[in-house]
Amino acid sequence: MHPVLNNIKRAVFGLSLLGLALNASAQTSVSDAWVRATVPTQSASGAFMTLTADSDSKLLSVASPVAKDVQIHEMSMKNDVMSMGPVDSVDLPAGKAVKFDPNGYHVMLMGLSGQLKEGDSVALTLTVENAKGEKQAIEIKAPVRSLTNMEGHDHSKMH
Amino acid sequence: MTALLTRRKVLAGMGVLGLGLLAGCDTRGQLSYKYGKDLSNKIMGRTFKLKNPEGETMTLSSFRGLMPMVFFGFTQCPAVCPTTLARAAQIKKLMGKDGDRLQVIFITLDPERDTPQILDAYVKAFDPTFVALYGTLEETQATAKEFDVFFEKVPAGDTYTISHTATSYVYDSRGELRLGLSTSLSAQECTEDLLTVMEVC
Repeated sequence: MHPVLNNIKRAVFGLSLLGLALNASAQTSVSDAWVRATVPTQSASGAFMTLTADSDSKLLSVASPVAKDVQIHEMSMKNDVMSMGPVDSVDLPAGKAVKFDPNGYHVMLMGLSGQLKEGDSVALTLTVENAKGEKQAIEIKAPVRSLTNMEGHDHSKMH
Repeated sequence: MTALLTRRKVLAGMGVLGLGLLAGCDTRGQLSYKYGKDLSNKIMGRTFKLKNPEGETMTLSSFRGLMPMVFFGFTQCPAVCPTTLARAAQIKKLMGKDGDRLQVIFITLDPERDTPQILDAYVKAFDPTFVALYGTLEETQATAKEFDVFFEKVPAGDTYTISHTATSYVYDSRGELRLGLSTSLSAQECTEDLLTVMEVC
């Protein structure tokens, strides 16, 4: 084989590897995911987590085998009135940790197939889209924490 | 507690409540709360009539002698309801022996989905002494109105969620409204104000 051609081939191969690497690094990381436990026959619960995207992205949707319908909701407080409702997507600015906690965005698991007990874990599939329109599916397992935990309360620092 | 309170009994109860007030509870004196909102000049929750999960009719006077803390919500609420009830359980512990007199009452704003069974299991998961109350949709609306509690269904896909006032309303042991506690307060802050209420009644 012609040496120059060979080098080009190598370079192309190298570049494609680099491309893969870049693609793999353009990711969103998920930390501190958890789901609130339910009592028997309760049909909905919330999932919470922190998402950090490497590049400007947005969370488009979440799916889970334990719930018929999974939605992203936003909660806000004004004059001690709690307002809640679904949102289409959540912006994940590059490098910024976006919290899904009981004080803001959260993932609603609706139409639960059964009781979520403390100690169980729930599979969640998050679909994140970057600025180029590339979609990434992130599979996580979120532990179920007690219904009564105060995580996310403004004063949860207090013990 | 009798299963059904007659109108007469309710009226009699209210009369006893009134006598209690005359009998020397300091209702006029302005208490100074460090964190909560003084609601002693408001008239709220005097006439609500709802059911507990056993089907017994409950009114404010059903809790005479206790310090009722009333909170409105729904069990499918993922955030503010469980954290407020968990805070209430923590408050009860922080109050120590006085906590025995704190009666947490959770009134559902979602009687269509919150069955008595779900309600009972839900509140008791936080503390076995907590009581859940429910009514028909009309009774729920009337009760919310009486407390000046805002609530509205928000469509969410095929179903709905509920936006609502998240204040906890505190009565003294004679059934006099005293205090409104915001969700932003810590268990410790709420406890301090609740002990202030207890000092007078």
